[in-house]
Amino acid sequence: MADKSFEVFPKNPKKTYGLMELVKGTGPIVNKEPEDTIFTWPNLFYLEFIVALIIIAGILFLSLYVGAPLEEEASRDTTPNPMKAPWYFLGLQEMLVFFDPWIAGVGLPTLILIGLMLIPFLDINKKGKGYYTFSERKFAISSFSFGMGLWMVMIVIGVWFRGLDWNWYWPWENAHLHKPVASGLRDLPVMFSRILGISDFAGKGLADFLVLIYFGLGLLIPAYIFKDFFKKLGVLRYATTMVMFWIMVGIPVKVGLRLVFSIKYVVMTPWFKI
Amino acid sequence: MTYKQLTDWVTSTQIYKAIFRHGYEDTPRNRALTTFSNVLYHLHPVKTRRESIKIRYTWCMGGTSMLLFLMLAITGVLLMFYYVPDARRAYNDIKDIMNVVSFGSTFRNVHRLAAHLMVFTVWVHMTRVFLTGSYKSPREFNWIIGVVLLMLTLLLSWTGYLLPWDQLALWAITVGTKMAAAAPFLGVEGPFGAQLGIRPDNDLKFMLLGGTEVGQNALLRFYVLHCVVLPLMVVMFLAIHFWRVRKDGFSGPL
Ligand code: HEM
Repeated sequence: MADKSFEVFPKNPKKTYGLMELVKGTGPIVNKEPEDTIFTWPNLFYLEFIVALIIIAGILFLSLYVGAPLEEEASRDTTPNPMKAPWYFLGLQEMLVFFDPWIAGVGLPTLILIGLMLIPFLDINKKGKGYYTFSERKFAISSFSFGMGLWMVMIVIGVWFRGLDWNWYWPWENAHLHKPVASGLRDLPVMFSRILGISDFAGKGLADFLVLIYFGLGLLIPAYIFKDFFKKLGVLRYATTMVMFWIMVGIPVKVGLRLVFSIKYVVMTPWFKI
Repeated sequence: MTYKQLTDWVTSTQIYKAIFRHGYEDTPRNRALTTFSNVLYHLHPVKTRRESIKIRYTWCMGGTSMLLFLMLAITGVLLMFYYVPDARRAYNDIKDIMNVVSFGSTFRNVHRLAAHLMVFTVWVHMTRVFLTGSYKSPREFNWIIGVVLLMLTLLLSWTGYLLPWDQLALWAITVGTKMAAAAPFLGVEGPFGAQLGIRPDNDLKFMLLGGTEVGQNALLRFYVLHCVVLPLMVVMFLAIHFWRVRKDGFSGPL
């Protein structure tokens, strides 16, 4: 490199130059060898230009074959069945099967957005910044992938496996044949009071208690096993991380309860039910 | 006249010099000036780390999202020339765009495709930023801006969905705004809504639709949100986003 380098801004012999000030601080390129940088023009711009051309060409080409759909004019007289939201919202629509609308439509999206925004403040692991690694941030990557995977599975189910009345249809089933209405669902507190022969109130208490145990143990056990993790994060960060994490895990758990035991609600209050 | 003479002449004219603040010759000085004397190019640093521009690091997903946003803005403006947000004619306007207007169907198809793709690329971009840990200090705030951009992208797609005024549009938005009625505190059917004096004519859904069901008012509201409010917000947040990428430095490998 040395022989090829020359002054970018040649000195003007008529002027004098002096060092004016030294400032402490960090910048993007501080402590980097000059050799590992290249000029943005033309290197990066050409790359961006070529990628842009390929994408524009690709979309134009695709648009010849994939038309934007247009159905019958909007009308309140006929309701399409099934009524499907655009694919990226099908995860939430799928949740409508398992949760009340205020959770599926408002609560979960809010939690997802807040959860995403909190990530940089919860994950204080300094390693794994600026390169791909799994081994240096196992917990972060696995929980993110778990959430993403869940989201993708829901979308796949919504797009390809849901049919009339939002029932499950395998691709080889007749999509125009209605399925019988599913048999009744039960609420966990009511089940408890029936099976154990206790009062309704005690049944509710027991169900609430189980939820408390779920989050309580979810907070305590990892703190006990991964003491370093707990100490590094501090109580507030750790608790927020774990509550978010167990809410996320709680979603498939609730889905499982519904599918295996036909349980509709776990927590019942006069104002809302979960 | 040789090619060299031609370029020498063009680059020596007053017009060229009035527009470009850098010479034409391939010198490091001109390479640097090309980047930082141009309002669009200077979003980039003058020099980039060799490793940072590897496609296998960024997957080009942020830039692709930006490109798609631009394509959507351009095709969107063209569509706006032919579309009137009047419930009586909106559907027929779309039919005209598809069948009568020259290249109308191409623009509509590109608009729709790019919208779907953009949701996808923004999502993949977020995944890349997560996997490279690029949200870690000092880029926490830019990640938050990013989440806002993700939300705005989804809202843009969703508000655009109503505009064709077909069955798909009407019912997708009907389902979507039912959720608003179920919002805690702000919706009639949501928890604590009734206790707070929320009625069907003053809840969140009413605010979105300008009525109790999807009709003319809703169409106008979604149109204004889709064509003016949300794109402006995206532009504002993108400006902050890019500014921050430059100021915080790019996270790419050393
Ligand atoms: C409209 C949507 C968006 C556009 C157009 C956009 C564009 C970009 C671009 C062009 C870059 C430069 C590097 C690259 O291409 O990867 C970038 C970086 C970044 N983006 Fe986005 N972005 C969007 C949404 C998001 C979202 C949803 C997130 C995260 C939740 C996010 C977080 C970041 C962060 C933290 C960086 C810095 C990365 C680094 O230094 O490695 N952005 N964005």
